[in-house]
Amino acid sequence: MANTYTLIASVTVGSGGVASIGFTSIPATYTDLQLFASLRADGTFGNAWYDSYVTFNSANLSWRDIIGLGSGTPSSRNDTTNFVTLGVPSSGATASTFGNVALYVPNYTSSSNKSASMDGVSENNATAAGMGLHAGLYSSSSAVSSITITPYNSPTVKFAQYSTAYLYGIKNS
Amino acid sequence: MTTPIAIEVNCATGEVIERPLTAAEITQREADATAAAARKAEEDAKAASDAVAKDALLTKLGITADEAKLLLS
Repeated sequence: MANTYTLIASVTVGSGGVASIGFTSIPATYTDLQLFASLRADGTFGNAWYDSYVTFNSANLSWRDIIGLGSGTPSSRNDTTNFVTLGVPSSGATASTFGNVALYVPNYTSSSNKSASMDGVSENNATAAGMGLHAGLYSSSSAVSSITITPYNSPTVKFAQYSTAYLYGIKNS
Repeated sequence: MTTPIAIEVNCATGEVIERPLTAAEITQREADATAAAARKAEEDAKAASDAVAKDALLTKLGITADEAKLLLS
């Protein structure tokens, strides 16, 4: 990894799981942000993956997505709601598997609107697996100082133990 | 029901905080779940309606699903 990457903070979920994972007070000293998360949900919503969403400064982004479900033709989707990544295996997926979510936020301190790109792939030893490419827009002049990822479909579902998230800062020099 | 816990890392101090969700966060999660259930019901209804329409069309054409796939390949 390029030496301009600096690990800002990381989280490993403990026993019992958590309802959300957040990074707060993100320093404004980098050029871009990169979040890598390995996640699993402890509930299901009839699928092998579990819908989850990302907020910046507690606000939703507007997303445009291409999603695949392990079979059939990938489709596009506009998320005016906060229903985003499918890269989180549900409790219906193969046991002890974790998905991958990578979120990139260029120029996160800009006073203009911020873009974000994200990819997510769940894990399952079967045909059904959620995956997606996502382009996001955060319409705000504020720097991104907090990022939160939350399971979407149920008020009781949590990210499972051993889920992890790593936030990196990237400098362009 | 116990209040769900959020985990937050303060990137300035490195402090990891585990805290109960706020009332607003719980309300948001409940709204999300309601929206998700409505969306799933809509998607399931459309899938069921599409399947019925597809079967009706195949019957009208007098061909099987495999024959339809062959035509489109």
